Amino acid sequence: MSGHVFHPGHHDLHGITVVLETNTGLWVGRFDSVTPKGVLLHDAGCYEDGVTEGTREEYLRKTLKFGVRATVKNKLIPEQDVREIRQLAEVTA
Amino acid sequence: MPYPESLVAPMRAEMTSMGAVELRTVADVDAAVGSAAGTTLVFVNSVCGCAAGNARPAVKMALGHGVLPDRTVTVFAGQDLDAVARARSYFGEYQPSSPSMALLRDGEVVHFVHRHQIEGRSPQAIATDLTKAFDTYCSRPVSA
Repeated sequence: MSGHVFHPGHHDLHGITVVLETNTGLWVGRFDSVTPKGVLLHDAGCYEDGVTEGTREEYLRKTLKFGVRATVKNKLIPEQDVREIRQLAEVTA
Repeated sequence: MPYPESLVAPMRAEMTSMGAVELRTVADVDAAVGSAAGTTLVFVNSVCGCAAGNARPAVKMALGHGVLPDRTVTVFAGQDLDAVARARSYFGEYQPSSPSMALLRDGEVVHFVHRHQIEGRSPQAIATDLTKAFDTYCSRPVSA
């Protein structure tokens, strides 16, 4: 059942916890919408290549087990930086 | 900011009507979870229709299983802020999300259902996972 069932007119991913891949890392958070300024996530945490300890896969594995370690309440990611968006629940790490 | 009580009252009632004890204060949480031996299911309730709308019926289905936790309690995220924060303090490394469910045995989390494991899933599917956890970690048989 997608978010738009409860929030008519919203994006299918509204309210869903997603993994958003960029060229420099990952953001994991609750998808809100696509705005003119980018993709808006809530309660989001991030993995930065070369900065965050471990690999992207390890970060996702830990997130699947323990949940999203949110560092920001709201995060806008410019659309041009987005490589892929998928549901966290569909990740097999 | 909490939602109007009139909006959340039916969601509270949905949980208490299935036998969950609602914990609204830090003292309630400490008394029910803090020193509880045995198994406790803690349901973190939410107004989120996308996920909680399926999570509450899932708990109800799971509580019809033949093996159950010793007690089922609930706190309401976004409403009873102190109680929720206190409940989460018992969840160790598990990060806050709502709705979510923690199964504790002798004070330790042995199974956790995150929001992302609820989103988009049917109550039946969520309940099936939950009853598997009951079978694994709980020992209280339910008399017919």
